Amino acid sequence: MATTDTYVTSRRPNRRRSFGQLGTASVFLLPAMVGFAIFYLRPTVLGFWTSFTDKELLRPNSDWVGLENYRAMVDDDVFWNALRVTLKYVAINIGLQTIAAIGIAWVLDRLSGSRLMRTLVLAPWLMSNVVVALLFLWILDFRLGVANAFLEWIGIGSKPFLSSGTWAIPSIAVINVWRHMGYTALLLFAGLQTIPKEVKEAALIDGCGEVQRFFRVTLPLLRPVLAVVLVITMIGSFQIYDTIDVTTSGGPVNASRVIYLYIFEQAFGRRNFGYASAMSVVLFLILAIVTVAQMRLLRANESDLG
Amino acid sequence: MNISVDSRSNQQPTLGTPDKRDSHSRRGPKVGDVFFWTLVTVLLIVTLFPFYWSLRTALSSNAALPANSKGLLPADFTLDGFKRALGLSSTKDAIAAGGSGAEINFLKALRNSFIVSIMVTVGMVFSCAMAAYAFARLKFRGRDKLFFVVLMALMIPPIFTLLPNFIWVKDRGLLDTYLGIAAPHLLMTPFAIFFLRQFFLSIPHEIEEAASIDGAGRFRIFFQVIMPMAASPIATLAVLTFIEQWNDYLWPKLVGQDESVRVLTSSLGNFRSQTPQGSPDWSGLMAATWVSALPILILLLLVGKRLVNSIQFSGIK
Repeated sequence: MATTDTYVTSRRPNRRRSFGQLGTASVFLLPAMVGFAIFYLRPTVLGFWTSFTDKELLRPNSDWVGLENYRAMVDDDVFWNALRVTLKYVAINIGLQTIAAIGIAWVLDRLSGSRLMRTLVLAPWLMSNVVVALLFLWILDFRLGVANAFLEWIGIGSKPFLSSGTWAIPSIAVINVWRHMGYTALLLFAGLQTIPKEVKEAALIDGCGEVQRFFRVTLPLLRPVLAVVLVITMIGSFQIYDTIDVTTSGGPVNASRVIYLYIFEQAFGRRNFGYASAMSVVLFLILAIVTVAQMRLLRANESDLG
Repeated sequence: MNISVDSRSNQQPTLGTPDKRDSHSRRGPKVGDVFFWTLVTVLLIVTLFPFYWSLRTALSSNAALPANSKGLLPADFTLDGFKRALGLSSTKDAIAAGGSGAEINFLKALRNSFIVSIMVTVGMVFSCAMAAYAFARLKFRGRDKLFFVVLMALMIPPIFTLLPNFIWVKDRGLLDTYLGIAAPHLLMTPFAIFFLRQFFLSIPHEIEEAASIDGAGRFRIFFQVIMPMAASPIATLAVLTFIEQWNDYLWPKLVGQDESVRVLTSSLGNFRSQTPQGSPDWSGLMAATWVSALPILILLLLVGKRLVNSIQFSGIK
């Protein structure tokens, strides 16, 4: 949204020397554009192309097979299972994370002076996925984990978190809620700062309680920001990989074999680069659709602030 | 810094319009306040407890952990976990204490992580600063179209480019080299260009014009005028880039499995597959995670304010 604004400001009328900058510009742009061409542009084009071939990892030649890879996907139960598992993960992860982040954003808003709190809630997000995964592998350990000690203590009883088909995906979803909720809250908090104080004060004068005011006035005004944040977090959530690779490796059986993991296995475990590329294209399309749909549904480009 | 000072609840009485419904239905603290402070407490515990718990485990001895798995203080306090993680204890001692003896290479992985992260940070920030300047200030045909294409790359899921990039790096013999691990981010990410361009756009034109009247060329203007003025956003980007590279897992795992170049994340990630059965060296492992998180925690202490601001910046965009 804001990018279009900056376009306008950058397009000032040429003052002097409106020619001859292409040479200078190409020197400035050269290193970054070499990187862009090799590691972004080329693989994107090649990714689409490879999805129509039978490319294998260690074989130099490959043949054009048309839509064969896509047709194979339709009959591939593991692929459909991976999609289902991924969707389940995204639903749990984004659902809990958004609720938690809204709560934290409210806390940060009330503590508007506290930079310490903002820094603290960001800390988990700055840890690598691997570190976070190992932390929780230990905390959720069936025999020695403190989570089960706590569940025993409050009378619920131990749960086989990461080693059971039922609990693996919810556990991983919660692990990543822990890592991302503070970051998401900061994004929402930034949005809260853009809501004029007068609007909140007007609600106060009208006799709204604080909690009520938050849900009836602040949150609806936050909708455009919430839409963007949902898009960002959901795109990230669909691409869950590191945590699962470290904790369950997709198991038990296929219970946590998400789409990213399956693409990775097809590409490097079975060397089916063509098939893996075709699945990447599908993931790409899913993400594009999710993005467009969310922006539409949440009317991200319109604000209720008249 | 002032969690205890809640400015708004102090102001409310002076506004002259306190919450009437609440004030005559109950006395004492308002529902909102109780709810709020409960939430703050829960948030603090949830955020900090895992950090504390891993520290507690790192300072415990493996032998004492099963018997004392839930006390708040370390079980049989010892620094052996950290010693094993840093390879300071002999292999024999380490195995006797429940280690696998494989953690000796942790220091090397730490060094590799530093090398790769610094390579990427220096290379990317430098080349993206130049490109961002060209996009913000120089005038040439097709500039905005090119910038738009670069921005579109933000939408592409990493796995999409990862497969062809792997083949490219492999074909050039860059597997198991620092350059191979650093390559995809060494010269640019779309975000970095976008981020710095925003700041360059806000620098007044007059400054450059004054410099160019004094006879400075574009390159001198960029290095001697623009770069120093943008020192703060450049530092922020450098920190963000360092952290991101430090934490990156999938690509280094793919292209840098050899011990001579293996970074921390892939070394730690191997842990579970190394101990499929039996009892893992939890205290050594937790010590290792603490050591690997330490550079990030130090950065957070040093530049936490800037990081928080930059995230809010990127969020509003």
